[in-house]
Amino acid sequence: MANYKSLYQEVILDHNKKPRNYGTIESPSHHAVGHNPLCGDHISVDVVLGDERINNIAFQGESCAICKASASMMTTAIKGKTRAEAETLIQEFLAMATGKLSHDACPNIGRLAVFAGVSDLPTRVKCAILPWHTLSGAFNAVATTSTESEDDPMHAPIGDA
Amino acid sequence: MSAIQTTLKSRSTPAFDVERIRADFPILTLKVNDKPLVYLDNAASSQMPQQVIDRLVRYQTTQHANINRAVHYLSEIATSEFEEARRKLQHFINANEEREVIFTSGTTDSINLVMHGYGRKFIGAGDEIILTTLEHHSNIVPWQMLAEEKGAKIRVVPINDAGELLIDEYEKLFNERTKFVGVMHVSNALGTINPIKEMIAFAHARGVPVLVDGAQAAPHMKVDVQDLDCDFYAFSGHKLCGPTGIGILYGRAALLENMQPFKGGGDMILSVTFEKTIYNTIPHKFEAGTPPIAAAIGLGAAVDYLSEIGMDAIAAHELALLKYASEQINAMPGVRIIGTAEHKAAVLSFAVDGVHPHDIGTLLNQEGIAVRTGHHCAQPVMQRLHVPATSRASFAFYNSMDEVDALIAGIRTVQKIFT
Ligand SMILES: Cc1ncc(COP(=O)(O)O)c(C=O)c1O
Repeated sequence: MANYKSLYQEVILDHNKKPRNYGTIESPSHHAVGHNPLCGDHISVDVVLGDERINNIAFQGESCAICKASASMMTTAIKGKTRAEAETLIQEFLAMATGKLSHDACPNIGRLAVFAGVSDLPTRVKCAILPWHTLSGAFNAVATTSTESEDDPMHAPIGDA
Repeated sequence: MSAIQTTLKSRSTPAFDVERIRADFPILTLKVNDKPLVYLDNAASSQMPQQVIDRLVRYQTTQHANINRAVHYLSEIATSEFEEARRKLQHFINANEEREVIFTSGTTDSINLVMHGYGRKFIGAGDEIILTTLEHHSNIVPWQMLAEEKGAKIRVVPINDAGELLIDEYEKLFNERTKFVGVMHVSNALGTINPIKEMIAFAHARGVPVLVDGAQAAPHMKVDVQDLDCDFYAFSGHKLCGPTGIGILYGRAALLENMQPFKGGGDMILSVTFEKTIYNTIPHKFEAGTPPIAAAIGLGAAVDYLSEIGMDAIAAHELALLKYASEQINAMPGVRIIGTAEHKAAVLSFAVDGVHPHDIGTLLNQEGIAVRTGHHCAQPVMQRLHVPATSRASFAFYNSMDEVDALIAGIRTVQKIFT
């Protein structure tokens, strides 16, 4: 639809429909499960970190299109990077999605700039950042992570009824 | 089902002038994302007519002071307006006596009052509390807290796939340890209207009191607590065209008199010494501290407004909206209604194949349409029906058939984007 602010751009819809690196890895070196208790989204991330680089990465889960596309694009962006490069990208993505940095201030963000629009939608920021939190959790050997952790800058409840 | 299958194409019920009513609600003229606001999140909170806004302004500009405390002019007028609001609420639900109407901060507060005031005094180890799968978290969590504290047990009435309580199973849950029943009148997640009158009669035949969570019923139908014969009835002002921060607990006087106060403080006492405090009479025993006076008076104005339109007329118009919307959705491939009880009110939960509810909510918002997405604070229902979340359109009497059309067009747009 011709709404210029629309998050639901072709790339996002495409990754939602045909997620890349979807599934699990037999014996990952790192693994974490991420969970957004407010909307029930949950995903798992498996990583095989070699001596130098991330040799393999996969994700699986139940989630909205924003979360699934974010996870799918994350895996394609991360595969082959060093851990340090991956950590930098995680920081850039989180800063962009939460509106702390504009996407042009993120040198490594590339195609992930399509998620810049979530920063205008406080209730959807968590959907976009869940995979990245989970990947960060996997690197830091936190077995389960949640978008409700205290250090989450965007504690935006979905609402009550 | 029959209600949904009936063909109904009339644009409004006779003698119900929705355009005239809409003119009372200033917020309905808003544009959202350059589209006229279509507000279909009334189960979460309803909007306020100018009449209630004006009443709040009049109170605040000419009548405000603290109540029950001083002899001066403003305190007397504020006190009498506050008590007048209580009488309006008494008549709205047909309570026998005005002292049976307690001002609380909302449904959640009302239920917690009963848990602390009645539950902690009369429910003990091994006793059983019956709740239903449909309950809102606010009628689950307080009882879990009590059960944990006392070693009591919670028994849960199951539902069928349509979202209706299994009344045979309800009856089977009773035994000599059953001490309390908590049941919602109308489900906020599915719209099911529960047969509470029959359920109350069954419980009373076994000497068990019943609390009804009426948060989603009071805005949509005539509630008569004497006819229902319930012991407690809880609802919120903000879902009833009133302000936030105010709600009602109706309680049968004989029960309220024997209950423990929930909060201690000013206004709820007759005398205080450090040796002994004598509690005030009901309802004041349960209204510690300065209440939300303006909100209570605003709620009084809201029920006047609703009564003038007539709760039966409101129910009929909303049913027409629900039928029309349900027919439209049933005719759409790839869209499914969640909750197909025979008796439903004002709530339409649905799922669209291949599209997560959050995406639906965001895309409908781009069309100016406000719906709720998520688990609706009723996770046990979602688990039972095997859906992580739903999208929910919930109607009020000021919604129009054109707004239903906008919703349907919005869902079509979502489907187009996701194909
Ligand atoms: C059925 C039901 N019960 C209880 C509540 C809680 O109401 P409140 O948040 O006003 O206390 C709600 C709405 O949020 C509800 O729909």
